[in-house]
Amino acid sequence: MDRSATILIAEDNASDRLLLSALLRRLGHRVIEAEDGAQALQLFDAVTPQLVLLDALMPPPDGFEVARRIRARSDESFVPIIFLTSLQDPESLAAGLAAGGDDFLSKPYNATVLRAKLNAFLRMAEMHQTLQQQRDEIARHNRYLLNEQEVAKRVVDKVAHSGALQLPNVRYVLSPLALFNGDVVLAATGPLGNLHLLVGDFTGHGLAAAIGAMPLAQIFYGMVGKGFHLREVLREINARLHDILPAGVFCCATALSIDFADGLVEVWNGGLPDGLLCRGDGLLVPLVSRHLPLGIRSARQFNDAVERLQVAPGDRLLLWSDGLPEAAGAGGARFGEQRLLEICGETPVAERFDVILDAVHRFVGGEGQVDDLTLVEVTVVPRAEFAGAVPGRIADAAAQKWHLVFALEAESLRSVNPLPLLLHFLMEVPGLRSRSGQLYTVLAELYANAVEHGVLRLDSALKRTAVGFARYYRERERRLQRLTEGQVRFELDYHGDHNGGVLCIKVADSGAGFDFEAWRDGSTPDHYAGRGLALLERLGIRLSVPLPGNCVIVEFRWNDV
Amino acid sequence: MGITTDVAAGGNELVIKVAGRFDFSVHQEFRQAYERAPVRAQRYVVDMGGADYLDSSALGMLLLLRDHAGGDDADITIANSNADVRRILTISNFDQLFSIE
Repeated sequence: MDRSATILIAEDNASDRLLLSALLRRLGHRVIEAEDGAQALQLFDAVTPQLVLLDALMPPPDGFEVARRIRARSDESFVPIIFLTSLQDPESLAAGLAAGGDDFLSKPYNATVLRAKLNAFLRMAEMHQTLQQQRDEIARHNRYLLNEQEVAKRVVDKVAHSGALQLPNVRYVLSPLALFNGDVVLAATGPLGNLHLLVGDFTGHGLAAAIGAMPLAQIFYGMVGKGFHLREVLREINARLHDILPAGVFCCATALSIDFADGLVEVWNGGLPDGLLCRGDGLLVPLVSRHLPLGIRSARQFNDAVERLQVAPGDRLLLWSDGLPEAAGAGGARFGEQRLLEICGETPVAERFDVILDAVHRFVGGEGQVDDLTLVEVTVVPRAEFAGAVPGRIADAAAQKWHLVFALEAESLRSVNPLPLLLHFLMEVPGLRSRSGQLYTVLAELYANAVEHGVLRLDSALKRTAVGFARYYRERERRLQRLTEGQVRFELDYHGDHNGGVLCIKVADSGAGFDFEAWRDGSTPDHYAGRGLALLERLGIRLSVPLPGNCVIVEFRWNDV
Repeated sequence: MGITTDVAAGGNELVIKVAGRFDFSVHQEFRQAYERAPVRAQRYVVDMGGADYLDSSALGMLLLLRDHAGGDDADITIANSNADVRRILTISNFDQLFSIE
C-alpha cells in the first residue's frame, strides 16, 4: 500500500525540481520545495517532513552538508534522506552515506524505482516510530514499578528493622546491598531480661527477598516481648513462612537467646554459615548449622532443638551471613571460612570484629566495595550490666477484683508454656504493667520449681557443673516426655484499683513437697527446692510455703499514690 | 548448554544433568526438564558432575523439584557434587531432604 507523506525536496535546477514535484504529487505526497541548501535547512526546521530528497551537487551548502546538519540537529526521530544525483563513482556514493544519507536516486528519475524506494523508507520510518512509542511506554511503566517498589520497601524496612539494636553489647554491620538482598538482623529482650537475636538471609533479591522479613520481624518482636521461649518463636516463624512463602523461597537463619544471669546461650542455626562462640580463654566453639532453613519444613516436621552452651562475661558470639565468606577477591577467589578462623585465632577477642571487617575490605580491594556484608557480634556481660529495654504500655484506671485458676495436666506440661498467657492476662491490670519484669520472674521461677522439682523430682544439685548442666536438661526432657500423671496449678487472686492493690500468686504442684523452713535455714540437704526460690528471696519477695511444701505463695502489694 | 536429561532404569528414573553455573539463569530450563519429561519418573537423579557453582536460587529449584516429585514421598538423589557444591548442601542441611552422593 502506498503511504503518503510530507516530503521536502532540495534541488537548485528549476526544471528538475518541477519534474520531481509533479512525480511526487501524482503519488499522493505533499511536497515542500527548496531551491538551495540554506532554504532546505530552514524549511526542514519549519515543516518537519517525514522524508527528504536532496540534490547532491548544489552550491554550498551542498546536499552532503545539508544531510550532515540535518543529522546533527535531529532528535530521536528517523527522517530518511535520499540523495538525487547523477554521480556514479563509488567514492562519492560512499561519502554521501557517510554524511548521513540513506540511499541514492539517479537522474534521470525512474518513476517505478522512486515509488518503491519511497514506500520502503516510509515503512521503515513508521516502524521506527512504533518502536519508540513502545519504548517510551515501557520506560513509563518501569518508573512506576520502581516507585511502587521503593514505597513497599520502606514499609518493610520500618517493620523489620526497628528493633533493639542500639544495645551497647551488640555490634553489627548490615550493608545496603545485604539489606536489599533480604538480610535481617533482629534483637529484642524478653521480660526476664534475656537477649534474643536473629540473623536471617532470605533467598532471592530485592523486594521479593526483603518482604519475608515483615512477618518474620512481627512474630519475633511480638513473641519475644511476651516472654515466649526461643524455640516457640522459631516454631511460629517457620510455620508462618512455610505457609506464605512460595516453594523454593526460604530463610537461612541463626537465632540465639542469652540468659546473662545464668550464663547460658541457646543457639539454633538453620542454613547460615557456622557462627562462632569466642571464649575469653581463646577457645573457638562453632555454632554449627544443624537445621534446614526456616520456611522449608511444615509445622509438624519442624525441628526446634537448640544447642545449649555456657558462657561467661567477656565471651563473644560472632554471626555472619554468606556474603562474608563468599566475598570475592582478585581472580575470583573467595574469602572463605578458613581465613575467618585464622583471623579469630590470631586476634585478641576485643579486636576481632574490626580486624575481620578490615580484612574483608582489603581482600576485595580493587574488585569494588564489599557490598553484601552482614556481621554481628554480641558480648556477654554480667546481668547487672545488661541494659535491655522492656517495653512499657499505656495505663488506664479501673477497679478490679478477680480470681483465676489455671491448671496444667501432664500432657499440657509437655507442650504448653503458660507463662506468656498468664503474663498477658496480668498486663491487663493497670497497676501491674510497670512490674511485668518482676511478675514474670516470680511466675517463671515458681513454675520451673513446680515442674522440675515438684512434678519431675529433678535434683538441682546437678546444675552445678557444666557436664551436669547438660545432663540436667536432658533428664528434664526425658522425664517430661514420659510423664503420665502430674499437675501444676496457678491460682491468682487480685483486688485493686489505680491507686494500688494486692495480687496473691499461688503455684501448687502434685509432687511430694519439701520442708521449706528447714531448707531455708540449711538444716536439710534437700536439693529439691532449686535455686529459683532462693533467687526470689534475694529479690526481696516474701515466700510462704505451707507444709507439705508443694505449694508456694507470693503476695504482691503495691501503692501508686 | 546448562541442563540435559536422560531416562534410565526402564523409564522409572529421570536423570537431570547440570553443567556450568547452577543459578537463576537456568531456572526455566531446569523446570522444563522435569515438567516436560517424556516419562513420569518415580526416581530422580540430579547429576552435578559438570556443575561448578550452586547458589540459593538453585537450592530453591531443588525444592521445587521435590515438590513436583511428591514432597515428603519424593526420591531424589543429588550425585557427583564437587567440594564447593557439597559444602553449600551441607551448610543448608539438605541431606535431610535429599540423598547426597
